[in-house]
Parts: sequence; structure tokens; C-alpha cells
Amino acid sequence: MVETLVLLAFLGLIVSTLWWPRPVVRAVGAAFVGGLVFLAFRGPLGVLGAALPALGVAGLAAWGLPQRVLKRVCFMVLSLVLLVFVTTWLMYSVPGNPFASEKQANEQVRAALRAKYGVPESATEFFVLYMGRVLGEGTLGPSLKSQGRTVEELIFPAFPVSMSLGILALTIAVGLGLFLGVRAGLKPNSWSDSGSMAVAMVGISIPNFVIGALAILNFSLLLGWFPVAGWGGYQHLILPAITLALPYAAYIARLARGGTIEVMQQDFIRTARAKGLSERAVVLKHALKGAILPVVSFLGPATAGILTGSFVVETLFTIPGMGQWFVKGAINRDYSVVLGCALLYCALITMFNLLVDMAYALLDPRVREEL
Amino acid sequence: MSTALPPNPSPQAPPEKGTSLTADAWRRLKRNKLAVVGAGLLVAITLLCIVGPLFTGYNPEETDPKNAFLAPSDEHLFGTDSLGRDYFTRVLVGGQTSLMVGFVATLVCLIVGTLYGAVAGYYGGRVDEILMRFVDFFYGIPYMFLVILIMVKVQGDEATKASAVPVFLSLGLVQWLAMARIVRGQVLTLRDQEFVLAARLTGASDARIILRHILPNVLGIVIIYATLTVPAVILLESFLSFLGLGLELSWGVVVSEAVNVVNPVRSYWWLLLWPSVFLAATLLSLNFLGDGLRDAFDPKSRR
Repeated sequence: MVETLVLLAFLGLIVSTLWWPRPVVRAVGAAFVGGLVFLAFRGPLGVLGAALPALGVAGLAAWGLPQRVLKRVCFMVLSLVLLVFVTTWLMYSVPGNPFASEKQANEQVRAALRAKYGVPESATEFFVLYMGRVLGEGTLGPSLKSQGRTVEELIFPAFPVSMSLGILALTIAVGLGLFLGVRAGLKPNSWSDSGSMAVAMVGISIPNFVIGALAILNFSLLLGWFPVAGWGGYQHLILPAITLALPYAAYIARLARGGTIEVMQQDFIRTARAKGLSERAVVLKHALKGAILPVVSFLGPATAGILTGSFVVETLFTIPGMGQWFVKGAINRDYSVVLGCALLYCALITMFNLLVDMAYALLDPRVREEL
Repeated sequence: MSTALPPNPSPQAPPEKGTSLTADAWRRLKRNKLAVVGAGLLVAITLLCIVGPLFTGYNPEETDPKNAFLAPSDEHLFGTDSLGRDYFTRVLVGGQTSLMVGFVATLVCLIVGTLYGAVAGYYGGRVDEILMRFVDFFYGIPYMFLVILIMVKVQGDEATKASAVPVFLSLGLVQWLAMARIVRGQVLTLRDQEFVLAARLTGASDARIILRHILPNVLGIVIIYATLTVPAVILLESFLSFLGLGLELSWGVVVSEAVNVVNPVRSYWWLLLWPSVFLAATLLSLNFLGDGLRDAFDPKSRR
């Protein structure tokens, strides 16, 4: 009951950002930007050390960022808080609780555990405590299941692992996809076009854990080129990154092909050819920019997909990344680990989405006004 | 509408039958070999999965440890798995679940997304802004998080553990956002056209206008995206199964069991091969069919 009301209030607040007056958007947006900087630097620099750059960035944001961007920031930060609430609510609605497995514990011991770890009986109380801890102390709290360890200690070592996997996969996906797609789009209906698109279709249709398993069998076990699984040097990274990248490379190739075909029919390409530019210059200088527009708008969803898709690939290759913590946390009812992962991932993804939209506006003057 | 015109009065030319947009699209679709093959394959796989298990004579869950890891033979068409279960039966029964998840979840997504998008597009203005802001919010969340949490909730609850309905619902509910956006865009362009005005002037209610006049006009694009949603849902379910959060027996479950027992010393190739072939063939046919439909209905996207 309380939860539903809080949820509705939040949704109302988020929707109301549509009608906030300009100075309010500017002030709140800048405050949010500064607040994020403060939270990010508070750990390494301390409260005072973080406050200075935070104030500076907030000032810069209030002065320099366009109104649209600040509005998006307001929406994003409120969405993140709502996400924490929804996740908490969902976790609490799952039967069982973090302390249910303590067999001997009687009522008093359970109550003491709940008090010690800050896990009240109701979702809303937990949400308030949690947000208070994140904002007030700048920590993600203790893990409820791994005794004596904080959420940071668990997921921060896993974070660079997942990030390097994700970044490499994204690079491969974009590079391979653009190359295949543009090449196919320059000669539509040729053999190389049909071939690339058939490969792309297969890449979209076969689940990547099957591709990954086949790759392990083939390249690691039969040929011995790569280690089977685990985590260590760069050679551990190659197979998982390719596995993770393939479906997205395929999708990007299809988008880039469509974009290229459309651009090549435009008048300005004819003009460029007519003034005697080499085909190479026509493609690289004039066509490519238009061809990658659909790809840029797909980058946001692709990043989200690659980061969360790595749950599966990390399991397959037994990579100690963030995915295991989220899935394990959800199954073990380790509320604070689940929230920590969700918060970190969603913050990253929303920020990346904002950057992509800004890049899109820079590339395409037609949408510059809309951002 | 061409049917409302008087018949061609000129006696020289034989009266040409007007081709409607649908008939035109149907003709184009039939010319697309990949789409036709895809549709045929899809029907074949579906029939095989429904009818096949009745004739194999095995129970997909009945274990027989003495006959574990048998290679494909006349007795066991696809061999047996690590517990001696007949693999052919398991793959087919798993297919029933996967296909059902795909279609039912898509139906959920279709109903929710279409109505939501139609209402947002038809009313426009504030209603549209508010409704679409919700969609933006959900779009920003990686849906894998929500699905995993919902699946954990479903499996933790004794009441819902055995039933597949919550899975259908939760998978459908994360897919409707794109559908809502597409339908809204279409409805925005339709709502100011004369036939809607005419309907309104005859005193039709908003609900009637949306359901009887606007929705039939966006049906084409809705069906196209539904065809492309089915493989997405089947794929998502197989990911969840791989993480141990899916249904009891589906293609995803069968493949992930296979992935776990395959090793270099004895590569039980049939375990990985058959479910992967079925899964990939189904997803390929659906994707080809969806692409074919899109090209057929949208002449601009044709090569």
C-alpha cells in the first residue's frame, strides 16, 4: 500500500520534469551533475576534496550545458532513484529473506541481524535507509550474505573485468559491423552483399552461448589456441569478447548496410562524384557520415545489451565479472549486492545513452534542435 | 478506396481488378524465396514439436542411467543425454515450450503495446507526453535486470513455480515498449485523416474509432514487428534458462544442459548439435519471415 503510493509519487515527479520552468531545470540539473561528481570522488578524495570539483562542475554545468541536456539529467537521476525503489520492492516481494537460511536463529536473533545489517521489514523503510546510506555516507553498504565484506569489496574488483570485456566487445561489434555493412551497402545485391547479410542473419539467430560453446570446443579444446575459461591475460579476453560481440556486429552490419544504400542515392553523392572525387574519397568523406547515423542511434541499446548480455558469456567462460554477483545476489536475496550492481550498471548505461544522443545531435544537424 | 469507385466504364480495356495494399504485399511476399522457405520451415518445426512426442514412445523426463550418452541410433534418433533420457523427445517437447513462450509472450506484448501506443498517439498532447515518458523510463533500464528479478520472484513462490504463465507475462512485458513506440508513430499520422474525422462526425466513440478505424490500419506494421518479437523472446528465454532461471524444459534448458556436459575427451556432439539446430532454424525462419513481411509491406525498404 505504502509502496504503491511512493511509486505513484515518484512517477508523478518524473513526469512533472516535463513542465518544470527553465530556471528550476537549470538549477536542479546542475545540482544533480555536481552531486554525481561528488559521489564519484568522495571515496578517494574525502568529503572536502570531492566538494571542490563537484561545485566547479556544477557551476560549469549551470553555465554551459544546453537546457535540453539538463532536462535529460533531471529525468535520468530521478529515474535512477526510482529504479532503486522498484528493485527494492521487487526484491522484497520475492519470498524468503536474506536471513531465512539461519536455521537456529530465533526471533530476537533475526531482529538483531536485521538491525545490524539495516534490513527493516518493509521495502520503503529499506529504501529510505539505503538511499540515506548512499547519499549520506557514499557507500553501498555491507553484503548481506558474504560475511564481513562490503558490496564495494565484492563488486569493484569485478567491475574492471566486465568493463574491459564490454569495451572490447563493443569495439569489435562496431568495427566489424561497420566494415561488413558499408562494404555490403556499396554493392547491393552483389555476392559479397548477400554473403555478409547471410552471415549477419545467422549471427542474429544463434544464441551466443551456443556460439561460445562451439568456439570453446573448437579453438580452445581442439586447436588449443586460447585458454578454455577463467581470467588472466589478454588471451582470456578474446573468445568471450568475440562471442559477446557477434550478434551486435551482425545487427550493426544490417543497419550500416541500409544507411549506406540510402546515402549513396542522395544528390550530394552524385555531386561529389561529378566534381571528380575518387570513389574512396566519396565513401570516406561524404557517405560514411550518413551511413553511420543509424548505427550511432543503435549504440545505446547495443551497450546496454552487451553489458547485460555479458551475464551469460561470463557464466559460460567462468569470468569473474559483475554478472555473477547480480545473478547470485538475486538468487541468494542479497539485497545490497543486487542494488549495488543495478545502480552501477544503470548509471553507466543512462550516462552513455546521454553521450550517444549528444553525439548524434553533433553528427546530424536535423536533430540538433531536438535534444 | 478502390472498391468504392464505379467499375471501369471503358469497353476496350478489360475491367482490371484493383489490387489492395494487402494483396500487393502478399504477392511480393510470395516472391521472396527466403521468407517462403522460412514460413514453411516454421510450420514444419511447429507440427513436428506438437505431434512428434506422441510417437517417440519415450517420456522426456524418464531417466535411464544405464543408457546414458548413447550416440544417435534407430532406437534413440538423437541419442540420449547424461541421464539416459531420449534426446529426440526432449528436444521436441522443449520446442513446444519455447515456441509457446515465443508466441504467447508476443501476444501479450502486442496487446499491451498496441493499445498503449494507440491511446498515446490518438489523444496526443499531454496524454501522449506522459505516457511516452513512462516508456522512456522503462527504455532506459536494461530489461535483463527486471526479467531476472521477476524470474527469481516467480521461482521463489510455491504458487507460481510450476506454471509458465508468469514467464509469458514477464517476457511479454519487457518487449512491449518498442511496439508502443511504433504504433504511436503510426497513429499520430492517421488520426488527422479524413476517415477518422468522418467516423467522429457520425458520432462514434473514441474507443470505437481506435479499435475499429485506426487499429486495422496499423495492423500490417504490428504483425511485422510481432514476427520479429517472437525470435527475440525465444532467445531471451534461452538466455534465462542458461542462467538457471528459465522454465523446466525448453530449448534453452536442453542446450544449456548440453553445454555443461560437453568436454574435450568425449565430445557428445549430438547433445549440442540437435537443440542448437532446431533453435537456430526456428529463429532464422522467423527472422527471414519478419524481414520478408517488412519488405513486402513497405515498398520503400525494398532493395
